[in-house]
Amino acid sequence: MSMAYQKRTKDRLAARIAQDIHDGAYVNLGIGMPTAVANHIPAGREVILQSENGILGMGPAPAAGQEDYDLINAGKQPVTLQPGGAYFHHADSFAMMRGGHLDICVLGAFQVSARGDLANWSTGEPGAIPAVGGAMDLAIGAKQTWVMMDLLTKKGESKIVERCTYPLTGIACVKRIYTELCTLECTPQGLKLVDLVDGLGHAELERLINLPIAA
Amino acid sequence: MVNKIASSIAEALAGVQDGATVLIGGFGTSGIPGELIDGLIAQGAKELTVVNNNAGNADYGLAALLKAGRVRKIICSFPRQVDSHVFDELYRTGKIELELVPQGNLAERMRAAGAGIGAFFCPTAFGTELAKGKETREIGGRQYVLEYPIHGDVALIKAEAGDRWGNLVYRKAARNFGPVMAAAAKHTVATVYEIKELGELDPEAVVTPGIYVSKIVKIPRVATQAGGFKKAA
Repeated sequence: MSMAYQKRTKDRLAARIAQDIHDGAYVNLGIGMPTAVANHIPAGREVILQSENGILGMGPAPAAGQEDYDLINAGKQPVTLQPGGAYFHHADSFAMMRGGHLDICVLGAFQVSARGDLANWSTGEPGAIPAVGGAMDLAIGAKQTWVMMDLLTKKGESKIVERCTYPLTGIACVKRIYTELCTLECTPQGLKLVDLVDGLGHAELERLINLPIAA
Repeated sequence: MVNKIASSIAEALAGVQDGATVLIGGFGTSGIPGELIDGLIAQGAKELTVVNNNAGNADYGLAALLKAGRVRKIICSFPRQVDSHVFDELYRTGKIELELVPQGNLAERMRAAGAGIGAFFCPTAFGTELAKGKETREIGGRQYVLEYPIHGDVALIKAEAGDRWGNLVYRKAARNFGPVMAAAAKHTVATVYEIKELGELDPEAVVTPGIYVSKIVKIPRVATQAGGFKKAA
């Protein structure tokens, strides 16, 4: 098996996503990996971050000692507010998502299907306590839902699948998938290639995912 | 004369009945009406249905109410937390009922209750386990799920300042569910750190107009504490 290619590090992956976020975009970054995208917005682009708990214009974490626990993000970590930012209540916050006002949301995922079905809230494990938060509202609400995830599980299985086996978060809602090896688009006809890391061939990627990928 | 200022939390919560649906504000560390939850524990109402985004953290606040065996059912979006051991144990032993609701549906169902809406079609959760058994409809080529309002008998919320008419302003992201819950409940109690004279709150900046508020209680200011948050990846 060829290992001549280099995986994108988490930082490189975050930077790759940030590169596609346009100036002036309203963006919601999901809990976990997607949070890092905020650190890589290219200079000269003004991007307004939304947080589900009622913040637009969310800024970075405060300096140590400056934390204000009335000002936290969806992951419940302290953040700051940028000049021009605003607070609003939960029904407004989710109206903003559901109403298609956000340009982009970036979410983590357990699985994504070739046509853009998303599974990211539950592994369906018997006895596990379910928790969904804002995942289902976000997935179907933004103009574009992007997924940021590792392509392969620890066992080497593709998380991009023909059909999700984990419980669904939303149907045909994912537009793009950004991974450590490639960027793909989900279309009604299936996967479409956007880019690959250096040294990885199209055929090798199709073998890893075990699905056809249009060039 | 309209005077919604209660002299104590006990007075403000005196009428809470067994079996009541209690909407409790807060998200993570912010906006949790801890003093009112303690007051509800002292007040003694049981068989409660509680609506909150989460299902309690550590052993205080909502977790303490659960631990005291006073909650029959919880309606929330994210019960599982690093420190939700009280809920986890009750759930695993079948001692509490859980209705899991996507966070936006939770907010909108309460908004609908406050706004007199009988039900609404919502695209969230269509085709997922959480829409199982619910009525659906295609509208304009998109699929929607029928969702019903969540009415509260009581809402417990935390605000920053208020006046004797019950007008409220909030602090930063501590606003979260407060305004929505205030309108969705028959009896809304808010704690405030400051009581203002009528006219002192900027009418352009009042977030919850007093019509939605039954009682306000002044509490001593304590900085919101850390806790219950998840680690970043």
